[in-house]
Amino acid sequence: MFYRAHVLVEMTSSSVALGAAQVKEQLEREIARAGLGNEVKVLETGSFGAALPSPFVVVYPDNVIYAPVSVRDVRRIVEEHLLKGRVVRELLFAGERGGGVATFIPPSPLKKEKRVVLRNSGLIDPLNIEEYIARDGYLALAKVLTEMTPEEVIEVVKRSGLQGRGGAGFPTGLKWEFTRKAEGEEKYIVCNADEGEPGTFKDRLILEGDPHSVLEAMAIAGYAVGANQGYIYVRAEYPQSIRHLEVAIAQAKERGLLGERILGTSFSFDVKIRRGAGAYVCGEETALLESIEGKRGEPRVKPPYPPQKGLWGKPTVINNVETLANIPPIILNGPDWFRSIGTPTCPGTKVFTLTGNVNNLGLVEVPMGITLRELVFEIGGGIRGGHGLKLVQTGGPSGGTMTPDLLDVPMAFDTLPRYNSALGSGALTVIDDTHCIVDIVKNFAEFFLHESCGKCTPCRVGGKRIVDILERISAGAGSPEDLEKLRYLGQHMKATAFCGLGQAAPNPLLQCLEFFREEFEVHVREKCCPQGVCTMRPKPQPKKTVRV
Amino acid sequence: MKITSLEDLKRIKEEAQKRALLREGKAEYKITVHMGTCGIAAGARQVMAAILDEIAKRNLTNVLVTQAGCIGLCDREPLVSIEKGTERVLYGDLTPEKARQLVASHIVNGQIVGDWVVHTER
Repeated sequence: MFYRAHVLVEMTSSSVALGAAQVKEQLEREIARAGLGNEVKVLETGSFGAALPSPFVVVYPDNVIYAPVSVRDVRRIVEEHLLKGRVVRELLFAGERGGGVATFIPPSPLKKEKRVVLRNSGLIDPLNIEEYIARDGYLALAKVLTEMTPEEVIEVVKRSGLQGRGGAGFPTGLKWEFTRKAEGEEKYIVCNADEGEPGTFKDRLILEGDPHSVLEAMAIAGYAVGANQGYIYVRAEYPQSIRHLEVAIAQAKERGLLGERILGTSFSFDVKIRRGAGAYVCGEETALLESIEGKRGEPRVKPPYPPQKGLWGKPTVINNVETLANIPPIILNGPDWFRSIGTPTCPGTKVFTLTGNVNNLGLVEVPMGITLRELVFEIGGGIRGGHGLKLVQTGGPSGGTMTPDLLDVPMAFDTLPRYNSALGSGALTVIDDTHCIVDIVKNFAEFFLHESCGKCTPCRVGGKRIVDILERISAGAGSPEDLEKLRYLGQHMKATAFCGLGQAAPNPLLQCLEFFREEFEVHVREKCCPQGVCTMRPKPQPKKTVRV
Repeated sequence: MKITSLEDLKRIKEEAQKRALLREGKAEYKITVHMGTCGIAAGARQVMAAILDEIAKRNLTNVLVTQAGCIGLCDREPLVSIEKGTERVLYGDLTPEKARQLVASHIVNGQIVGDWVVHTER
């Protein structure tokens, strides 16, 4: 059967929440009603990020994007466009082309965007392995298996300068080399898809939009370090990611691209999925390993590090989803190509997630080194409602707080620490000036308290004390001494906590105490909240109810 | 079926890419069936179905099929135009059977069917 048109409907957990499943169902119904069932094919595809409002519908070969689409728009699209060939102008994506027909096969409509990790997302049916293969899928795996030694693969990744995109920014090739050199017959590849940092959802959309690229990368990593078994640890709150992975793994095995003797070679590699169970701390690599082994998700003492002693005590590579998604293009295009993107010390792209009080929400993939101003005001489209910018929390609650005077700082792993901030996983929560700083910090502190695994006293008890004090301040019962207590508690948690969670938990508190000292002072001395958010007596100005 | 070599993978990639050409808008030939209300009344839907069926039977991949609105020559409908590069040929008074012959003659053999031509642009 020859289809004259393909209609791709965005089908991610984000777009499903906005009615995408009903749109697709209605499309199929209307297409059948118009007698076009044999001519027009409806497919699902992944997210296109912040570039397009959800859910979007793309009609090929016309290259026409309708976004956002609701069920009531479907009949017009079918009758006018699919049946008669007339574009429905009022429903078009009104983005860069000002309502015209947008051509967004790379580059994306966002001018500064560059897609490496998201190269297939929104363009292919993620559950059709042949569409992935058509876009050079599994060619990198074939290349390493037929042309490269494991040491050569590691050398390519090292020379590319790829750093882990999970937040720590450790050189990926170096991590692989440690594991390769570790003694032992049994080794493991673990994909950390436990994306629990608030404000981050890039891994979910990568897994939903392009699951095969992660599988291919894991097999390449397995070949490079000498592992034959991989695990993908996915948080249980990502059911669609899990389903897409299950389908992708089954397809790859059926085709001989995973499993025994891949592509007829002597290399075998299998992948299994492990579901997390709602614990943020399991995103910490050693807590994640404990969880895969069936134990309580508590972090381990380091050293020994996972490359030496990881899963079941064997040498283990643990990489983030986004890190792995970079591997196939690096193998195919070479390390020099990757180094030509981004900055000299921080090459490649980074997938940021724009959330909060910004006009364009969602994923955006940009070269490393882009400025915060470009991210918030150009790509993000500025602050929603025309308010002023109060702060941007980068890297989630455990990252750093950036004030407006830092808007021109280039965003990279090595630049943000100079400003006591962190790139982290690339989450950006933009907060406007209608929000109260005490309320913001309290929200973060409550999150960390809830997610603490309870192993060490500084985090388990210190977190509680911090929340208590902030609640007191918010209720109008705080005292000036409370600010010093908060600083003391924060500094001691930072210095003595067992793992990254407790060490990072005080970050927002300590930074906001410094940057927004005056606002804290008003709360504890004058017992009022300038923004009218806290439950105490507000200053005489209109009360605003906007919340993060 | 299993992919057991690099050559297998490359062949599947080429075949999959051909089927995905539609999404990149690249094709040697572009067929446009004029599908305004008057065209539909004249039988354009059946002409479209015949063209698609013939393409499927011949397993052609170098062709895009699309629709467009009425171009004002209602008395000659159903109308189909075929483009290759900058050359455009407009055929009129088509029936499903004629449409199948068009696919065979113009798309497969590269020969214009002069008797049915309404207009030509080069």
